[in-house]
Amino acid sequence: MSDQPKGGGSPTATGKTPTATGKTPARPDDIDARSEGSPEPAPPLLEVHDLVKHFPVRRGFLQRQVGAIRAVDGVSFDIHPGETLGLVGESGSGKSTTGRTILRLHEATAGSVRFRGQELTTLDREPLRRERRHMQMIFQDPYASLNPRHTVGTILREPLDVHGVGDPSERRARVHQLLDRVGLDPAWDRRYPHEFSGGQRQRIGIARALATRPAFIVADEPIAALDVSIQAQIVNLLSDLKDELGLTYLFIAHDLSMVRHISDRVAVMYLGRLVELGTRDAVFAQPLHPYTQALMSAIPVPDPKLEAERRPLILQGDIPSPAAPPSGCRFHTRCPFAEARCRTDEPEWRDLGTADAPHLVACHFAEGLSNEHTM
Amino acid sequence: MSERSGFWAELSRHRLALASVVVLGVLSAACLGAPLLAPYAFDAIDLSSIQQAPSEDHLMGTDDLGRDLFTRVLYGGRVSLLIGVLSAVLATVLGSAVGVVAGFYGRAVDNVLMRMTDVAYAIPTLPLLIVLASYTEATAVSMAVVVGLLSWMTTARVVRGEVLSLKEMAFVEAARSLGASSGRIIWRHLLPNALGPIVVGATLAVGNAIILESSLSFLGLGVQPPTPTWGNMLMDAQATMATKPWLTIFPGLAILLTVLAVNFIGDGLQDALDPSARSSR
Repeated sequence: MSDQPKGGGSPTATGKTPTATGKTPARPDDIDARSEGSPEPAPPLLEVHDLVKHFPVRRGFLQRQVGAIRAVDGVSFDIHPGETLGLVGESGSGKSTTGRTILRLHEATAGSVRFRGQELTTLDREPLRRERRHMQMIFQDPYASLNPRHTVGTILREPLDVHGVGDPSERRARVHQLLDRVGLDPAWDRRYPHEFSGGQRQRIGIARALATRPAFIVADEPIAALDVSIQAQIVNLLSDLKDELGLTYLFIAHDLSMVRHISDRVAVMYLGRLVELGTRDAVFAQPLHPYTQALMSAIPVPDPKLEAERRPLILQGDIPSPAAPPSGCRFHTRCPFAEARCRTDEPEWRDLGTADAPHLVACHFAEGLSNEHTM
Repeated sequence: MSERSGFWAELSRHRLALASVVVLGVLSAACLGAPLLAPYAFDAIDLSSIQQAPSEDHLMGTDDLGRDLFTRVLYGGRVSLLIGVLSAVLATVLGSAVGVVAGFYGRAVDNVLMRMTDVAYAIPTLPLLIVLASYTEATAVSMAVVVGLLSWMTTARVVRGEVLSLKEMAFVEAARSLGASSGRIIWRHLLPNALGPIVVGATLAVGNAIILESSLSFLGLGVQPPTPTWGNMLMDAQATMATKPWLTIFPGLAILLTVLAVNFIGDGLQDALDPSARSSR
C-alpha cells in the first residue's frame, strides 16, 4: 500500500538535510512567504507563564513523597494565532511534558496557561472538557495512539461524538472528508488501524486531531517514529493543513531539520527550562546558547569538505537527572565554556534580539561565545 | 488486503469453537428438556436393578439404588450448568467492575478495592459455606450466587493489571485529550481491550464453579439429594470407580465436555473480538 497523499499535499523532499552554511536552503515558496510576514498584532492564542510540572517520587508502604522529578521547571512563552513554535531538546528535557501540561493531560504544579484568553490550569472539569474541542494533540507513536479495537471511522467519529458535533449523517460525511483531506481513501473507514502502515496511521491521527476544527494543535514528535522516507510527507501535510485551516502549532521535536522546515519561531529546552527562544532564522543563523550551538553542530553538513573542516561542538555525557538538577546554570555540567559563576548563579532570561524580533537566551556569556562550531 | 471479515465470520471460521457451540447447545437443550427426554424419573428407585452396566434399558447403567444414570445425568446438568454459567457471569461482571475501577482510578480507590480483594481471597471458602448452609437451604441459584461471590477475585486482579497498562497507552491519552469522559474511556477504550483476559477468566470460572459445586455437594452442603448434580454424582461414584466405572465416566464426561466446550468457545470469542487476529488467520 502506498503512502502517497492523495489530498492537496504535494510531497517534497526538502528540509531533510538542510545546509547549515548560512545560505538559505531551497524551500517551497509558501513556507518562506509565511515566515517573512511580521507577527500579527493580535493577542497571543496561547500564553504560558512560569509553567512548572513536578512529578512526585513516592516510596515505601505509606507512599510518602521523597522527592520530585522536575520535568518542567518554569517555562514561559507565547504562541500567536497562525504561528508554529518549534520546541526542541534532548530526550528528558521536558518538552513533551510541557506540551501535555499545556493541554492539561498533566496537572500543572504551578504557573499559568491562558488559551484564547482563558486560564486553563484552574478550569473546572466540564468547561475544560468542552474547551478541548479547540485544542488537540498529535501523538508520537502512530501504533499506540489508535485504539486497535476501533475502525478508522469510529476513531475519527469519536471527537464528533464526544462534543456532539452534527447529526449521524453529517458525522459520516465529516469522517470521509477528513480521510480525503489527509490523503487517505474515504472508503477505508471500515478498516482497522493494524491494516495501515505507520505513515498512514499518523495521517489518521492527524485527521482525528482535525475533526473538531481546533485552533491549536500540539504535535508531540509527530514524525519521530516514522520512516525517514515518510517524515517529509507528514511534515508537508502538517504544513499544508496549517496554511489551509489557519492552524497554530506547538511542534515538539528533536529533529532540528524538520523544526527548521516548519517553525516560525524556535524554543530550545534543557532540563525543564528554556535556554533560547527566537525566530527560526535567528536561532539557526546565530544560536546564542552553547546548548543550541551543540544541537546545531550535531546536524551533519552535506558537503564533505565543509564537514571535514568544521569543528563540531560535541557534548560530553548525558543529560543530568531532573530529580536533582545542577545548581546555577543547569547546563554547566556539560558546557565547554562554563566558568565559576555558572555553577552558582542562575542565568537570567535576556533579550539580545531586535525590537520586532526578540531573541531570548539564558546564558551569562551569550554575547561573547563564538558560533564557529556551527559553521 | 483481504475482504473484511466480521465477528460472526471469524467465529464461524473457528471450527473448534463452532463445534463447541453445537455441543454445548445440544447438552443444554437436553438438560433443559430432561422431563421430556428422560426415560425414568430422576429419583425412581428400582432395587431390582442396582449397579447395572449400560444396556438398552439403561443407556448409562444404573447407580447403587437402581436409578437410571442417563436420567440423572440429564437432570444433574440442569443444576450444574446453571451454577456454572450463572456464577461465572456473576464473578466476571463483579471482577471486571472491581478491576477496571481499581486500575483506572488508582491511588486510594485502588488500594481500598485491592485490599478488599485480598480479604475476599483470604476468606476460607468451606467454613463460610458451612456457616451459610446452617442458616439457609442451598438451592441451585443460591449456590451460584455464593460461588460467584467467592470467585471474582482472580478476574479483578487480572483486569486491574490489564487496565493499569492499557491506561498508559497513547490511545487512552488521545481519548482524554479530545474530551472523552472517564465513563466513555472505560467503556469504549479500556474494557474492549481487556476482553481477552476477561473471557479467559469467564471460561475458567465455569469449570471451576461446576467442580466447586461438586465438592460442596460431597460435604452435604450443596444441592441436597436426591436432586442430582454432576458433582454429587461423581462424588458418590468415588468408592466404586474401579468396579463400576460407568458411574464415574458419564458424569465426568459431562463435566469434561462442558468445560472443554466453554474453553474453546472462549478461545474463539477472543479471536473474533480482536480485529488484528481476524485477518491474520
